[in-house]
Amino acid sequence: MTLIAFIGTLMAGGIVAWITARWSETLSRWIALTTVLIDLVWSVVILINNRPDFSATDWLIRFDYPWIGRFGIGISVAADGLSLILLILTFFLGAASVIVSWREIRQRVGFFHFNLLWVLAGIAGVFVVMDLFLFYFFWEVMLIPMYFLIGIWGHENRRYAAMKFFIFTQASGLMMLLSILGLYFIHGNNTGTYTFDYFELLTATFGDTAGRWLMLGFLAAFIVKLPVVPFHSWLPDAHSQAPTAGSVILAGLLLKTGAYGILRFVLPLFPDAAREFSNVAMILGVVGIIYGALLAYGQTDLKRLVAYTSVSHMGFVMLGIFSFNELAFQGVVMQLVAHGLSTGALFVIAGALYERIHTRDLSLMGGFWSGTPFMGFITLVFVMASLGLPGLVNFVAEFLILNGAWQTSHVLAVIGAIGLVLAMAYSLRIMRKIFFGPVADIGVGMRDLTLCEKVVLVPMTLLVIFLGLFPQHVFNASEKSVKDILAMVNSNNKP
Amino acid sequence: MSRADLISLLPHLILALGAVLVMMVIAVRRNHFVIYVLTCLTLIIALYFLPETASLPHEVGVLFVVDGLGVFSTMLIMLAALAVTIMSYAYFETHEERTGEYYMLFILATFGASIMVISGHFVSFFLGLEILSVSLYGMIAYLRKRERSDEAGIKYLILAAFSSAFLLFGMALIYASTGDMTFQGLSGYFAAFDELPILVTAGLGMVVVGAGFKLSVVPFHMWTPDVYEGAPAPVAAFISTVSKGATMILLVRFFLAIDGFRFPVVLTIFTVISIASMVVGNILALRQQNVKRILAYSSIAHFGYLLVAFIAADDLGVEAVNFYLVAYFATMLGAFGVVTVLSDPERDAEQLDDYRGLLWRRPGLAAVFVVTLLSLAGIPLTAGFVAKFYILASGIGTNQWLLVILLVVNSVVGLFYYIRIVAVMFDSVREGEIRQTAYVGNFATLLILVLLLVWFGISPQGLIDVIRGLVNGS
Repeated sequence: MTLIAFIGTLMAGGIVAWITARWSETLSRWIALTTVLIDLVWSVVILINNRPDFSATDWLIRFDYPWIGRFGIGISVAADGLSLILLILTFFLGAASVIVSWREIRQRVGFFHFNLLWVLAGIAGVFVVMDLFLFYFFWEVMLIPMYFLIGIWGHENRRYAAMKFFIFTQASGLMMLLSILGLYFIHGNNTGTYTFDYFELLTATFGDTAGRWLMLGFLAAFIVKLPVVPFHSWLPDAHSQAPTAGSVILAGLLLKTGAYGILRFVLPLFPDAAREFSNVAMILGVVGIIYGALLAYGQTDLKRLVAYTSVSHMGFVMLGIFSFNELAFQGVVMQLVAHGLSTGALFVIAGALYERIHTRDLSLMGGFWSGTPFMGFITLVFVMASLGLPGLVNFVAEFLILNGAWQTSHVLAVIGAIGLVLAMAYSLRIMRKIFFGPVADIGVGMRDLTLCEKVVLVPMTLLVIFLGLFPQHVFNASEKSVKDILAMVNSNNKP
Repeated sequence: MSRADLISLLPHLILALGAVLVMMVIAVRRNHFVIYVLTCLTLIIALYFLPETASLPHEVGVLFVVDGLGVFSTMLIMLAALAVTIMSYAYFETHEERTGEYYMLFILATFGASIMVISGHFVSFFLGLEILSVSLYGMIAYLRKRERSDEAGIKYLILAAFSSAFLLFGMALIYASTGDMTFQGLSGYFAAFDELPILVTAGLGMVVVGAGFKLSVVPFHMWTPDVYEGAPAPVAAFISTVSKGATMILLVRFFLAIDGFRFPVVLTIFTVISIASMVVGNILALRQQNVKRILAYSSIAHFGYLLVAFIAADDLGVEAVNFYLVAYFATMLGAFGVVTVLSDPERDAEQLDDYRGLLWRRPGLAAVFVVTLLSLAGIPLTAGFVAKFYILASGIGTNQWLLVILLVVNSVVGLFYYIRIVAVMFDSVREGEIRQTAYVGNFATLLILVLLLVWFGISPQGLIDVIRGLVNGS
């Protein structure tokens, strides 16, 4: 019930924020912020209450209620350590996006917050539902408001970017829907129980060919979202055209739903097919790491650059997931958190720069350090995080993933590690282009970070450092989930 | 005619009576409001007298079968007609001085459609279809002063006459080889066939041509965009919902009776039609700039989808057809309702430009339009999604993977043009006057339709129970 309340609070908050904007835009902002903060505090309390032993029960919270009986669809939600970590990340970045929009979004404030909170509701839903129909439902719920966020409040080429984002994700989502239905009927015909319940479908049995096709359907949705090269082309457009809050949510959260989907659904439901596919998937991951990094280096648009670094970082996720060992899985979970924080923060900085100088073109920037040392310092931290500096959270994640991948394939782990070198190149380029070199004209008299921006960026900085030094907190929470998933990968679903 | 017969046919009789009454009132005094209220009352009273489910199914002679399917679709048709009537009032109040005859034709058309869905005989099938078509000729060309109005009317007249001829010929061929015209009798004959005799195949083919024209499935779709564009917006709404829905139900009834999908040739024909409709409808819609034409092509594509469930032809399939029709009716009525409200006396609001910035100029109306478009696109939280889900389920349940995958691909193509309209609506505000012709009734109807769309999208179980109870319950 708590989990339903999380989602319900966000949805209700969104509607209230929309309505109140008629009278006061500030009130609307405060309502949106309060709503997200309530969820954030609440989820952190749950996390703390369950510390230090997360393995006592299978699911920390679970709730089932029948919904559409005709098809065996239920409102079934559950959270384990993995879900909880991602939920907290969702609410944290959600609160951050409300705050960074405080000054940026001036038009149609009510509708903006409605969309923002509904995206968050959709994402939170995706992380907790245990009914495949409902999963698809939330998968789509996060799509439409995101489309509006990009399409209405985005930059100059927003229409194209929004449409591209929508078509890519919708098309791949429909593939997943087909697979969900296929699974439903196969299981129903075998056992006589027609249901979309995740726990029931875990016991489904089917032949190799059927398994392969069904898995590909699911995978289509997830690797487009993640994204895996060559299905990434929507991402640079969507990320660079979205308003700051939209970019933060896209990079920080939406991409994570893809990784979560693979971990929660693809591996446990289709272990045989997933094992078969693992080589291809790992190669795709490595290709993503290198390709994303190379393209990031070549960008002149700051937001596009950060977008391509996402492609590279998500390549690590793909590599880690299909390495099938605990080390890599822990690394993946860490990478989800790390990337959410560091990339989210970089987008906030890109947004702050854009607000001041109205361009994202790196070649026009330079020498900003002297005018805005605080911004420079914060950027430095996140750039270092992005390139994998030890002591910051991204290093822990990427180190574990490469370690885990090494056990599965030496070659791929080595090539993946080259990605770290490239990350160094593109990350340092960001610093050099923006903050060093000759002072650009447009930067003269630029304000340093405002209070709003500090409120967002300082906690993110602290978290990146804290989790980099004490990653065990995350590992404790996710250990049980990771082990469970690993156990399911090593089972099989032959009839 | 026994008392029980009378009771089962009462709604239809009331409609017929209503048409006559309206005609007499026109003769006495032309008052738009009185005639409008009379039309609404006719429909409401007819709805009130829909037979109790307890006494179903009931056969009236050989011509009519009043069963759950019939009652459900009659109800659907009459509710849709009621919605269209309410839209029409505001529309014709500003567009045309001579309004009375429209309502008479309108009731007759509804009558024809409601006869079709309970017919169990070729004769009642044909009579219903003709009453519907002939009334539509008049309704389509009702705004005589408009440029495209006559073109649309004539086009529909000629093609409808052709297709009726095909239909008749087809019926004659089937009758010639079997000697029976009742669906029940035919089912016996068809059960005896191992494969279809050539004459019967030809007959069935011609029936499909005739019905396909009414459904406007490819390749019998040529008239659709022109007629939608030329006809008054409420009439276009009527054609896209009542006229098509009734034909679909009739086809379901007929092909279930003769168990048509046992024969590969029938299966092939409908599979080809379904694929062609999806593909052609969606692709042609892509480059349109006219909202009414987009809706026309979209409705072609939607009947392609619907045929997937029709081909499944099992219990789930019939349920899916009915659920889809409900969702489709509510969606199309909502969409055309918005077009109606935004239309002015000179022309209908049909250019994409008319919708530029609507989300900021008229947030309420735009929200309605967005919901209907999302429902057409099959996005969750709307009835359109559950309906599409139903169709996919029935398709996968009967292993029609080719159709199902094409359906999915086409849904994606469809997104382009639905989303394009949405995108236009949240464009920056265009200066200029807000054009609209609307009364409280319009807004109430639109509000109810949107609430229904969302309600069936979130909690479809109630509707599913009703459909199962009526359609498969007996």
